[in-house]
Amino acid sequence: MLTRLTVHELGARFRSGEATPTEAARAYLDRMGALDPKVKAYLTPTADHALAQAAEADARFRSRAPRGLLDGVPVGLKDVFCTRGVETTCGSQILRGFRPPYDATVVARLRAAGAVILGKLNMDEFAMGSSTENSAFFTTRNPWDLSRVPGGSSGGSAAAVAADLAAATLGTDTGGSIRQPAAFCGTVGLKPTYGRVSRYGLIAFASSLDQVGPFGKDVADTALVLQAIAGHDPLDATSAAIPVPDYTAGLSAGVKDLKVGIPDEYFIDGLDPEVEAAVRAAIATLERLGAKTERVSLPHTEYGLAAYYVIAPAEASSNLARYDGVKYGLRVPGARDLIDMYSRTRGAGFGAEVKRRVMLGTYALSAGYYDAYYGKAQRVRTLVLRDFQRAFERVDVIVAPTTPSVAFKLGEREDPLQMYLNDVFTIPVNLAGLPGLSMPAGFTQSGLPIGLQIIGKAFDEATILRAARAYEAATPWRERKPELAV
Amino acid sequence: MSGAYEAVIGLEVHAQLRTRTKMFCGCSTAFGARPNTQTCPICQGMPGTLPVINRRAIEFGIKTSLAINCTVNADNRFARKHYYYPDMPKNYQISQYEEPLAEHGHLDIDTADGARRIGIQRLHLEEDVGKLLHEGSLETAASSQVDFNRAGVPLMEIVSKPDLRTSEEAAAYLKALRAILVYLDVCDGNMEEGSLRCDANISLRPAGAKEFGTKVEIKNMNSFKNVQHALDYEIGRQARALDAGLRIVQETRLWDPDRGHTVSMRSKEFAHDYRYFPEPDLPPLDLPPDWIAQIRATLPELPAARRQRFMTAYALSPYDAEVATSSKALADYFEAAAKGSANPKTVANWVLNEVLRVVPPDDEKAIAACPVKPAQLAGLIRLIEDGTTSGRMAKDVFEKMFQTGEDASTIVSREGLTQVADRSELILVVDNVLTAHAKVVEDYKAGKKAALGFLVGQVMKSTSGKASPAVVNALLLEKLPKV
Repeated sequence: MLTRLTVHELGARFRSGEATPTEAARAYLDRMGALDPKVKAYLTPTADHALAQAAEADARFRSRAPRGLLDGVPVGLKDVFCTRGVETTCGSQILRGFRPPYDATVVARLRAAGAVILGKLNMDEFAMGSSTENSAFFTTRNPWDLSRVPGGSSGGSAAAVAADLAAATLGTDTGGSIRQPAAFCGTVGLKPTYGRVSRYGLIAFASSLDQVGPFGKDVADTALVLQAIAGHDPLDATSAAIPVPDYTAGLSAGVKDLKVGIPDEYFIDGLDPEVEAAVRAAIATLERLGAKTERVSLPHTEYGLAAYYVIAPAEASSNLARYDGVKYGLRVPGARDLIDMYSRTRGAGFGAEVKRRVMLGTYALSAGYYDAYYGKAQRVRTLVLRDFQRAFERVDVIVAPTTPSVAFKLGEREDPLQMYLNDVFTIPVNLAGLPGLSMPAGFTQSGLPIGLQIIGKAFDEATILRAARAYEAATPWRERKPELAV
Repeated sequence: MSGAYEAVIGLEVHAQLRTRTKMFCGCSTAFGARPNTQTCPICQGMPGTLPVINRRAIEFGIKTSLAINCTVNADNRFARKHYYYPDMPKNYQISQYEEPLAEHGHLDIDTADGARRIGIQRLHLEEDVGKLLHEGSLETAASSQVDFNRAGVPLMEIVSKPDLRTSEEAAAYLKALRAILVYLDVCDGNMEEGSLRCDANISLRPAGAKEFGTKVEIKNMNSFKNVQHALDYEIGRQARALDAGLRIVQETRLWDPDRGHTVSMRSKEFAHDYRYFPEPDLPPLDLPPDWIAQIRATLPELPAARRQRFMTAYALSPYDAEVATSSKALADYFEAAAKGSANPKTVANWVLNEVLRVVPPDDEKAIAACPVKPAQLAGLIRLIEDGTTSGRMAKDVFEKMFQTGEDASTIVSREGLTQVADRSELILVVDNVLTAHAKVVEDYKAGKKAALGFLVGQVMKSTSGKASPAVVNALLLEKLPKV
């Protein structure tokens, strides 16, 4: 079954002629037709588009001139990325019907690599949420238990990979939006260093925190997709002009020379005992593989969440100001005047969580409050970064749980504050701008995936991937697939 | 107005930079294109787009900062300024707030009481907004349309300290600043088209007081004259209010040039909260000192220095030097003409009297387009100096040059405007005139020296103005005592 294959396995079949990109695209589209009504990962499938791209890839393989390891590979995109001519909603009513006139840089790079785009994936509205329950359209289900959430905000991207509804996908991570759903869905998900991947065409939530990253069925796939999207982009002034290494070259080098840090502050009250046990077991596995481990301290961890919930909403309140009914997307008719048009449009177009954060952020930036909130949060951010820098003077990577608990049931967490706590272990990494990866580290007794987080030094995704690959090769977790009756 | 008050005035000048492309995207900045034809997803504020700084705009900003004696800040970055209006695509403007490009400068201006140094608080860069178009009036239009061609055009805001005391000083400051911007070629200085805009903050305080009064902001003054008129009006209005014991309301007022008064636009008592914060999409500006030094090295001669040089190198009077340097175009014109002439003072007289009669001194475009090119003016002056034509005839020749763009020599030879300087030819005419006007000759002998002028006039008339006045004068003086 082609849909079970990883990107590197699929690519090998294309090259050997055992399968064609069109066959792969059809297999995925068929599976989407059968399964996606249950999983609900896709907001906008683009079947015609995918088949046309696949046919072009077929021709390249026939003439033995494929573009590379992603050529003909069917992928899905979080609906946060602008796609030329294809509706891009960001999970919001306010952008319903919006067809961007341009492709995001990462989309353009995937296209250039020959990837076949299956469609746009569901997400929490404007990437604000941890469950996809904030999508304006519907909630995506966790493929391991359809009564549970897939995590968020990149829930559609994680669920699609877990349910074999795409070979790989792209998501974004502002406070954990790649790593948390990867943990909940049992896939690999990587949030690269801030500046590693262009944000051009990624609909902004919090500009200083947002980062694009891949979801893969295994570590090698994740490395392959990162390879295709990483690198400086003249259209993004915050993208780094630092050379991109070969992420697959040293993947199998093992962990014998690595020092792994275990942060005290990530093993706290409220951490699900099954999660803790799995992560401790993973640490033991790394030790068995030859890694040296040592305790490290990240003392400002507990302030990360509060700082994040000032900085991210502040930036969001600014980024979302452009949705006013004037230029694109929704405009509610019947307004008496300009202000009335703004309030009707934004009132109807934004969901409750978006409004909550716009209000939080507007307040935090207000005259007289700026220093106490935004200014102070930025100072906390610096302290969080210093914690990591100090720890990374002694260790190469830091290993911790991705989330305090496993996937919860739909509707279970109605209190927004409780929902925010999901991201307590992922947020500090965003504040520090560092790369972080989540990968399966086992399952609970009830069969739900547990996520292991590996955090690295800035622009050192290669070491994270190497550690992840070593752990993956030594454990059976990636063999397990959710049971979804087609 | 009551003389018991002193006005305290500060000007905020917005100058559109003459970059080829916009501040944060590659769209053209050309003026006058069809609506929304010079836009892209970035300057339309589409979701997902990001700004990238135009290096040229920064260079222009630094150039200007150095020319007005500002310190360029090592730490400087962009900030977002938030307010909702449909002409602003993102509903925030990328501007600078706490860390502007440059600060602490000054500009020297000439006033009735001598030179005055006006402090410059800051210079920062920002993007312009679009333009709303209404069919008919705002009240009756069925819809409003937005043109984003101007959105994202680079603007430089230069804020003076509240150092100006009269409307004349304000106008002098604005003129001096404009001249510098045009000299640097960073702004075209056109106030009518809005590439140079000026807002004023003005308050009154009892003469001799240290504390500032409540300030009022005045907008919509799109010429030097308007700036002066609006400030004069506002000084009078505030003085009357204070005399009547009224409180000045802190507000923004619009100058209405047709009615010659200011009207309240919005009260600032409940000031806008712009919720500034550092622009996260743009890293702080990295301005290497050697780049700044490099820009400093390319600074052209500025108006004040040029004025000084015109006085020493060309012996122009302070007044003539000031007028000759009132725009870069005019000063360039003068220098180009002076190069082709042995007598720069004469050239200055021609430029200031004749050229400025047909083109305004600060209209760069008109001066550049003047049909009489500097070399042609120099050619005309040479014809006067070598006696080919007279100063009087030359004025007619200049008129014709302006109309046709032809060289002076062409016109002079075609129309026979060469002067007659041949003594033997003129002696006959002089003798005839003396004979015909015996009575006048008698008057002259009797001591009425003004009679000489009449006789010269008669000789000129007889020669259809072609006689060389110098030769005629000499001949008459030789002959008269003998009569």
